[in-house]
Amino acid sequence: MFETFFLWFFGLLAMLFAIGLIMQKHPMRAALSLIGVMISLAAIYGILQVHVVAVFQVLVYVGAVMVFMIYVIMMLDDKDMAFIQKYSKLLVPGVVVFFVFLVAMIGALSRASVIFKPLESNSKIFTFEVFSEKFITHYLFHFELASLLLLVGVIAAVTVIKGGRHG
Amino acid sequence: MDNVQFLVGLSVLLFATGLLGVIIRRNLLIVLMSVELMLNGVSLSLVTFSVIHGSIDGAVFAFVIFVVAACEMGVAIPTILLLMKYKDSLDVSSYTELKG
Repeated sequence: MFETFFLWFFGLLAMLFAIGLIMQKHPMRAALSLIGVMISLAAIYGILQVHVVAVFQVLVYVGAVMVFMIYVIMMLDDKDMAFIQKYSKLLVPGVVVFFVFLVAMIGALSRASVIFKPLESNSKIFTFEVFSEKFITHYLFHFELASLLLLVGVIAAVTVIKGGRHG
Repeated sequence: MDNVQFLVGLSVLLFATGLLGVIIRRNLLIVLMSVELMLNGVSLSLVTFSVIHGSIDGAVFAFVIFVVAACEMGVAIPTILLLMKYKDSLDVSSYTELKG
């Protein structure tokens, strides 16, 4: 009962923050809205008993990615045209695409009734032990691929900054 | 509407809102944040289906999405700073060099 209430509460909160993200004029407020979305989703993961993902959602997204983002927003000046005018020329096509996508997804999901099994969360299968065991046995290749992606990301970031300095 | 339908619907709505933000917003930073919102919608659906089927596989791929998001930020932020240096603007409509 309480579980359902909090699930819906945080779900609606996430949706409100998401709408705030695309409506806010200043990037700092948009970033705070995005942090709200991420924390609400972390709460939902906690309610679903997937605590490992909830912890990493807060640590990686809010702790690292969004701090980086806010750091950049503070470096930029707010007299820019992009800060004064909110929407681009694609406002009407964008809204059309939004509704077409929603209708298509609702149509696809309403026909796939087989996938909707009841939600029974089992905290036993989502522990750190199970995650780490899966990562070093079954998903070792994906794990290594992800670390390779991080390495390439670091090299790309350094290259972009160096190229900008000399070019 | 039960909880699973609500969660899947929420992830679709988050993805669609992110898509809307990518298309309509003028500020490059907010476009980037909308991409993050789309990634969050996808990871919510992965975790939800993982919980429904009682298997850990979807949640494992949510971790891979975290790595992708971190990499994306690491490359995108220096690129934005360079674009800011060359064009002195974050307006996406001012980057017209690739028009041909």
